[in-house]
Amino acid sequence: MSQKLKKQLFIILAALALFLVILILEKSGALPAVFENRWAKLLLYLVPYLLSGWTVVRKAVLGVIHGQMLDESFLMTLASIGAFVTGETEEAVAVMLFYQVGEYFQSYAVGKSRASISELMDIAPSYANILREDGSVETADPDDVEIGDTLVVRPGEKIPVDSVVLKGESMLNTAALTGESVPRNVKAGDPVISGCINGEGLLEVRAEKIYDDSTVARILEMVENASEKKSRTENFITRFAKYYTPIVVISALILAIVPPLFTGNWMEWIYRACTFLVISCPCALVISVPLSFFGGIGAASKSGVLVKGSNYLELLSRLKIVVTDKTGTLTEGNFKVSSLKPAEGVAESELLLAADLAESMSTHPIALSIREALRMREDGPKAEGSGGASPLVQVENISGQGLAARYEGSEILVGNARLMEERGILYEAVDDEAATVCFVARDGRYLGSIAIRDLVKEDAKRAVAAMKECGVERVVMLTGDRKGVADSVGRELGITECFSELLPKDKVLKVEELLTQRRQKDALAFLGDGINDAPVLMRADVGIAMGSLGSDAAIEAADAVIMDDNLMRIPMVIRIARKTVGISKQNIVFALGVKVLILVLGALGIAGMWAAVFADVGVAVLCILNSMRLLMGKKTI
Amino acid sequence: MKKKFKCEIDCANCAAKVEEAVRKIDGVTDARVNFMTQKFTLEADDARYDEILKEAVRVGKKIEPDFAVEI
Repeated sequence: MSQKLKKQLFIILAALALFLVILILEKSGALPAVFENRWAKLLLYLVPYLLSGWTVVRKAVLGVIHGQMLDESFLMTLASIGAFVTGETEEAVAVMLFYQVGEYFQSYAVGKSRASISELMDIAPSYANILREDGSVETADPDDVEIGDTLVVRPGEKIPVDSVVLKGESMLNTAALTGESVPRNVKAGDPVISGCINGEGLLEVRAEKIYDDSTVARILEMVENASEKKSRTENFITRFAKYYTPIVVISALILAIVPPLFTGNWMEWIYRACTFLVISCPCALVISVPLSFFGGIGAASKSGVLVKGSNYLELLSRLKIVVTDKTGTLTEGNFKVSSLKPAEGVAESELLLAADLAESMSTHPIALSIREALRMREDGPKAEGSGGASPLVQVENISGQGLAARYEGSEILVGNARLMEERGILYEAVDDEAATVCFVARDGRYLGSIAIRDLVKEDAKRAVAAMKECGVERVVMLTGDRKGVADSVGRELGITECFSELLPKDKVLKVEELLTQRRQKDALAFLGDGINDAPVLMRADVGIAMGSLGSDAAIEAADAVIMDDNLMRIPMVIRIARKTVGISKQNIVFALGVKVLILVLGALGIAGMWAAVFADVGVAVLCILNSMRLLMGKKTI
Repeated sequence: MKKKFKCEIDCANCAAKVEEAVRKIDGVTDARVNFMTQKFTLEADDARYDEILKEAVRVGKKIEPDFAVEI
């Protein structure tokens, strides 16, 4: 491409120089013998004309042979021939020359923006080091890595495929994937995602996926396909382009024939018709809109949000309702023991240990948080059943209340207040709406209560406020959790509409109800962590999954993916979407406005072909530059 | 079968025209010419894929002489 461009530039410059020399010779009155002869003059000017425009003429001829009459090359050729015929020799050459200059600028600018976007997407690993059984390291294409292969990742290299760390410890730079600038610490046993850049440590990893199924390949595929899902603006402009050219050409024909029937003066009107032909090419329009969306998608992925199509970017710009999941989205999603209230005469560790014993068979978040709390303590005995299922514990689930466990002849009860009441155990009520409270008793003796909370994400409140600043009118929270918990999280974050105790299917119904409430032009987004909410993600205008890097289901179901779990990326992507749509509209108005203006001025004989060519080419270049603004924006997080 | 190729296409409007023409070829399920990424995607009958691909390139070249596909 660049070789081709260089050659093109050279030819244009040579033609331009030649043209200027001939022009100066003519105007200065040198060689009057040559310039007074019409044919000699024409021949002389044909040299720079053909030098710069032979590709265009060739394409025009091929177009005619293949029946492509409305091809832009054909129209340009026709216009310049018209100029030759009407005796405007210099203008004919100038038109062709400047048309080529414009084309050059266009390919240059498009190439530049394409390069800067692919630079953003420079996450593809170029090779993998496979460790063979005999201890040798083989450098291979990431495509050739098989599941189970051991790979060596040296400092500064990219992780080739999604894998798990076997040996070594290092800091991973995930910035290219997530936009997150803080490196992540990984050690043996941690999963690592392809495309991340290894820091200082040497890692040995086991491949878990082949390259094509790895995160990096899927992301690249998604971004490439994104520009194929066209926005409404793009579709409009493509349809428009189909009609625009024929209409202008027909107008040109009318202009060339009808007025001179009354006034005579054929040459003048043919010239004006040629001006029409010069501006009949819709390229500035057709290129500028997709280019701005392409830039917008690029800018979004640069800041850690993958938008799967131009249409979704357009919807995001009109986002008025954000429906959000609670657990894992607004909150951390991992429960932590927030307070312990042992009964009198009971040690905290005894309380925890009893609860842990009862929960030892469970992988429920509550059980995990109790286990974690116990592990963090220094004073508690650590053996007895904790951290794994003990065969000596027999557990009975009491639906809606908790569980009862038998261990070495004693009975441990862990559950809610109802369980305590049912068993006639005197307990101390806890007034904490936001927390889930477990009461623990052993052999009829009350041991105390454990309050477990899911903490609200640090930036959640700021993000909700920022979304509202970006034009979101309603933020609605849907959760399967209890009303008390939901309302307290809502209060903390400034969300007034909270719907709690919903089953997954209720969430879909609720979203459908909200969809009917919104105005036609508004958009509704659902924001979730991608776990269990695929149906809602699909149902919303824009489904946004977050914190789901490496989760295939979420990436599949969502229309936009936030690569880390930073909520502030939502207001940011809304801003990018708005800017994108704004720029594409500016481009349309500007390009159409200038074209219409030149058409009118051309018909009146005020604007000549020069102006037309400048208008056509200049508009295209300005629109491209305008679109490029999207990529210049600095990251806001 | 769906396959993606690198291609050369000079302008956005030409890409749209080539895309439309290739879609009309018998046996083509879907075709895309992406000007931005310079990629040509062709989805067509498995059995006649190579034949259809050749035909698509021929049709594309007819509309846009600079259209070229790296196979």
